[in-house]
Amino acid sequence: MFEDLCFEFGPGDIVQIEGPNGVGKTSLLRILAGLSLPYEGSVKYKQQPIADCREQYNQDLVYLGHLPGVKGEMTAQENLEFNLALQGLDPGSAQQDLSKVNLLGFEDALASHLSAGQHRRIALARLWQTRAQVWILDEPFTAIDKDGVAKLERLFVEHAKQGGCVILTTHQDLSIAPALVKKISLTYRFF
Amino acid sequence: MTNSLSYRRAFYLVLKRDLTIALRHRDDIINPLVFFIIVVSLFPLGIGPEQSTLTRIAPGIIWVAALLATLLSLDRLFKSDHNDGSLEQMLLSPHPIFILVLAKIFAHWLITGLPLLFVAPILAVLLHLDPNSYFALMITLLLGTPVLSLLGAIGVALTVGIKKGGVLLSLLVLPLYIPVLIFATSAIDSAALELPYSGQLAIIAAMFFGALTLAPFAVSAALKVSTN
Repeated sequence: MFEDLCFEFGPGDIVQIEGPNGVGKTSLLRILAGLSLPYEGSVKYKQQPIADCREQYNQDLVYLGHLPGVKGEMTAQENLEFNLALQGLDPGSAQQDLSKVNLLGFEDALASHLSAGQHRRIALARLWQTRAQVWILDEPFTAIDKDGVAKLERLFVEHAKQGGCVILTTHQDLSIAPALVKKISLTYRFF
Repeated sequence: MTNSLSYRRAFYLVLKRDLTIALRHRDDIINPLVFFIIVVSLFPLGIGPEQSTLTRIAPGIIWVAALLATLLSLDRLFKSDHNDGSLEQMLLSPHPIFILVLAKIFAHWLITGLPLLFVAPILAVLLHLDPNSYFALMITLLLGTPVLSLLGAIGVALTVGIKKGGVLLSLLVLPLYIPVLIFATSAIDSAALELPYSGQLAIIAAMFFGALTLAPFAVSAALKVSTN
């Protein structure tokens, strides 16, 4: 699928992967997260292939795909508490995190009664809490309003400043200072 | 950090979540149970109420209906998690996948296998099951239904990525259920003849422990393949 793809991310990087629809942005992110296996080549984390240090890598990773992973039968707060606990984080802060994503007042609403944007906000809320260094976010701004996008961008810059790494795909123009953002452009190759 | 990653906490976390979801979405519990009752009660209607015939076929009917009821409920084990993305999140959690899988299977058994145990004796009365067989029926169901959940989970994990995997799932899973069916009904028949049936029970118990230790690993591997 990809040819001659080689890159390295370090602390403080915000990486935007761009390219036309269907070029393989999501596939690339899934390979980086360890969900898909590359046919050739390898993904390494701290010089180790990610399959060999799965527990350590997953502890240091937040991956958000197209699907928010929110259960309609559970309330916003229960969803977030489960997500936090699954990552080995303290679920006690769930309410505080929900206020960060403007979901205060919806804590006890069943997620099936909430909108697509609110589902995504529930999924994103854990970013305020996580200690993971590597954030892999596939179209994080889908269905998020302007205010929310600005808030997230500020969070990304903050995370990068603290030595984290954000890898994301988006078709929107980021309003983060261009000097802070690295870009990887995927293009089709025609023979 | 080591404390927050304890196996037991991960197990309870997933178990509690699945039970909460099932209790709020009750048709997951009720549908297989009603299906079980209806299938069993169809037989006296079709065959006729003659006592000796029904007594003869009762163990087989109850066990086949239990197999089908379990099969009907298997799909929900991973399908909805796969569809809404929570399965990906579980695979990417730092906890060992087999602990999470084991918790999900245990929840599935509590929701669909355990209720069968409560209804089975009532249905057995309906089918004139031999009075000596009741204990054998209950103990084979107690040991056998977890095997159905465990083996079925492998099939679901393999077919979870397929849009219409229902028929394929039955073709994959039902042959695996045959040994349980044979030994369970044989144990119940032996009990009716007042013969010892500890041998059959030992074999079902062996299947249970074999499945308990090996199936979660097979399921983890199958899930990784299915989400690849």
